[in-house]
Amino acid sequence: MEESMVEAKPEPKQLPAAQQPQGPRRLFGQPLVRNVIVGVVALVLFYLLIGHLSQYRIYQLSQVGPYLIALVGLSVLTGQNGQISLGHGALMAIGAWTLTLMQLHTKSPLWLMLIASALVTMVFGALLGLVAARLRGPYLAGATLALALGLPDITTRYQSVFGGYQGLEVSQPNAPSFLGAAATPTEWLAIIEMICVVVVMILFANLLRSRVGRKFRAVRDDEIATQVSGISVPRTQVLAFALSAAAAGLGGGLFALVSGNVSPGGYTVVLSISLLAAMVIGGTGTLAGAVWGALIMVYVPGWATTLSQKLSLNQSVSANLALAIYGFLLVAIIMVAPVGVQGIVRLVIFKIRNLRKEPG
Amino acid sequence: MGESRSSLRRGFRVIAVMAAFSLVAAACGSSSSTSSSSGSKTSGSVANTASAPGITPTSILLGSHQPLTGPAAPGYSEIGPAIEAFFQYLNAHGGIYGRSVTFKYLDDGYNPANTVQVVRKLVLQDNVYAILGGLGTPTHTAVVNFLNQNKVPDLFVASGCNCWNEPKVHPYTYGWEPDYIIEGKVLGAYIKDHFAGMKVGVLYQNDDFGGGGLIGIKQMLPASQIVSAQPYDPTTLTNGLGTQVAALQAAGAQVVVLFTIPAATALALLSMAVLGYHPTTVSSSVSSDPTTLAGLVSNFSKGKVGASALNGLYTLDYLPMSSATSDPWIQLFLKIHSQYDSKEPVDGNMVYGMAMAYYFTLAMRAAGQNPTRQDLINAINSQGATWTGPGLVPLGYSATQHLGFMGAEVLQLNGAGGASVVSPDYVTNVQGPVTTHASVEGPVPSWLQ
Repeated sequence: MEESMVEAKPEPKQLPAAQQPQGPRRLFGQPLVRNVIVGVVALVLFYLLIGHLSQYRIYQLSQVGPYLIALVGLSVLTGQNGQISLGHGALMAIGAWTLTLMQLHTKSPLWLMLIASALVTMVFGALLGLVAARLRGPYLAGATLALALGLPDITTRYQSVFGGYQGLEVSQPNAPSFLGAAATPTEWLAIIEMICVVVVMILFANLLRSRVGRKFRAVRDDEIATQVSGISVPRTQVLAFALSAAAAGLGGGLFALVSGNVSPGGYTVVLSISLLAAMVIGGTGTLAGAVWGALIMVYVPGWATTLSQKLSLNQSVSANLALAIYGFLLVAIIMVAPVGVQGIVRLVIFKIRNLRKEPG
Repeated sequence: MGESRSSLRRGFRVIAVMAAFSLVAAACGSSSSTSSSSGSKTSGSVANTASAPGITPTSILLGSHQPLTGPAAPGYSEIGPAIEAFFQYLNAHGGIYGRSVTFKYLDDGYNPANTVQVVRKLVLQDNVYAILGGLGTPTHTAVVNFLNQNKVPDLFVASGCNCWNEPKVHPYTYGWEPDYIIEGKVLGAYIKDHFAGMKVGVLYQNDDFGGGGLIGIKQMLPASQIVSAQPYDPTTLTNGLGTQVAALQAAGAQVVVLFTIPAATALALLSMAVLGYHPTTVSSSVSSDPTTLAGLVSNFSKGKVGASALNGLYTLDYLPMSSATSDPWIQLFLKIHSQYDSKEPVDGNMVYGMAMAYYFTLAMRAAGQNPTRQDLINAINSQGATWTGPGLVPLGYSATQHLGFMGAEVLQLNGAGGASVVSPDYVTNVQGPVTTHASVEGPVPSWLQ
């Protein structure tokens, strides 16, 4: 089964040191098998968990999924391939409108709409990648920023198609009967999302261990050396952008479902910048870091609102408090822990392991 | 399962993160509250009970989304505090069946994406009994289905969109303002009566608000009389409205109808002044408040122009003006303002918020001592059309119609912050003809004095 899904060579000894499984992990066997087991366990735990949560907590949790998937894409692009994107919020918007327009004009099943969100956005991502492959550093940031600034305005320019400022309504799928009569659309969406999260995480985890992943990192680390080795740098960069955009598009499609509405106000440049900040705070280039980043994106604004209500801050201050906290966290994380929250977690796990080993 | 459990101990980092994910969620989940026990008694023979979500024997919790920041905040940010002030006054005068009303309004920045979030928080987490006065057409559109699916009374949406009057699709949603088509018809009728044959231009917000107004005007005036209709987007207001106003001027419009939010009205009036263009201006009730408009004009022109820019502007109203100090309702509202709302200015938004809170109070009193959510809906459907208060025109509530105020009267502003009424009440609905009517303003009830 693993052969069919991953084009990876079964030669883990040759993996770059940073990505190599160490110690007891080797016993786990094939990465794909291990990841699938972990993914299924996570799904079951998640299913049990949402039985104990209020509808609002489930709704909040179901906001984590879309951000998480988009962050995985962004994190792989930036952390593994060395390209920066300030336009991932706009890519999420492409996925969101793809799903909404399909729901409005066709009778497609949900899975098809989600796959279409990813594929359509992937095409846009590939086009953007063609531009991106010619640009470096601040110029690439500028080009992608232009996309984030410009794309939401297209929705108001072509109002009859995209719904304008008011946006379009998205209806949420009803829970299937096998979940029981009491299951709400909110719960069902949370489950759909967790499935998407698990699938995306497994795909990207394996991709990064494959030849493609190694190409990504080679381009990141030394473009000249990579080109000399016979690997096309621009082609690799376009591929990375396309795959990253596919994740953002799927995240956008899911986000439209969770919100029950798509409108340009939800996909402004603030979203793109929040994604970038969350990626750095969570831990650039790591899949686990994307989980931290997504949790921060969902829960920090809520806490900021509660905090500003307790301190009874001025409205114009409290409306921007969450962004200020991102900014502060960003500076603090870059100074204290350059690999983000996930870097701190790794360090703690490492210390605990060493403590255990020393006495024995 | 045993095998996968032993796998877990291998410490793959994803599982650690998943566990943390669950912990965070579980920790948050444990803080959700439930309703309190019953016990306290009021004067009657029947005790108050926790008859519905958000209702306890001693309290009623209401929620709302308001633009406290963002493009619609100037002026409209005062409505939430005004509603809250009315309930504070009401609570000090015995509340509703002895229950005190708490009004929790959250900022959505007039951004539909935020509205979705704050309304879910109010309904799913805070467990409000009803949503009162959710503000804005684009914003409330994003949550109207959610509220109706969850059977949450969605009263008196602070928007004149005809889309709230759909009792079959949205049985829990009620409009409040005369819908924009009605306003367009009233303005059209007034233009027909007083400015017959003059060229008419329209500046409108590019959504259901402006679009609805345009429909109403077109119903009343011949197509040849409307020489130009210029849309704008609320998100691009920072660019000003010079282009649109210049286009109206180029088309030779002698009467300009403004279906614009107050900030856009102020910008349009300033652009006219800059271009030396002096048409007769006619505005929807959305921009009827001279205090708000004068403040915005002065702010945008950096103090160079004041209330004088408003001189001669025709507008609509269905509530008494805040400057009508001989009106008993305005006297009551000013008293409430001085006690509970003194941080906010005295203007039309204050009247709007307090009047809305008053009609909600009537609905709650009619719903009975221990109402369910459905009891409130039934009370409005059966009795809403008979309620009187500060409203100048009748309300259109019934089981088959969830329309708010069914018309308006035309006012003309003077340059000193005041206004005079220049027409009788025009009353109509979306399809029917426009008729004139005497004011239905009622007395202040004794329980509020």
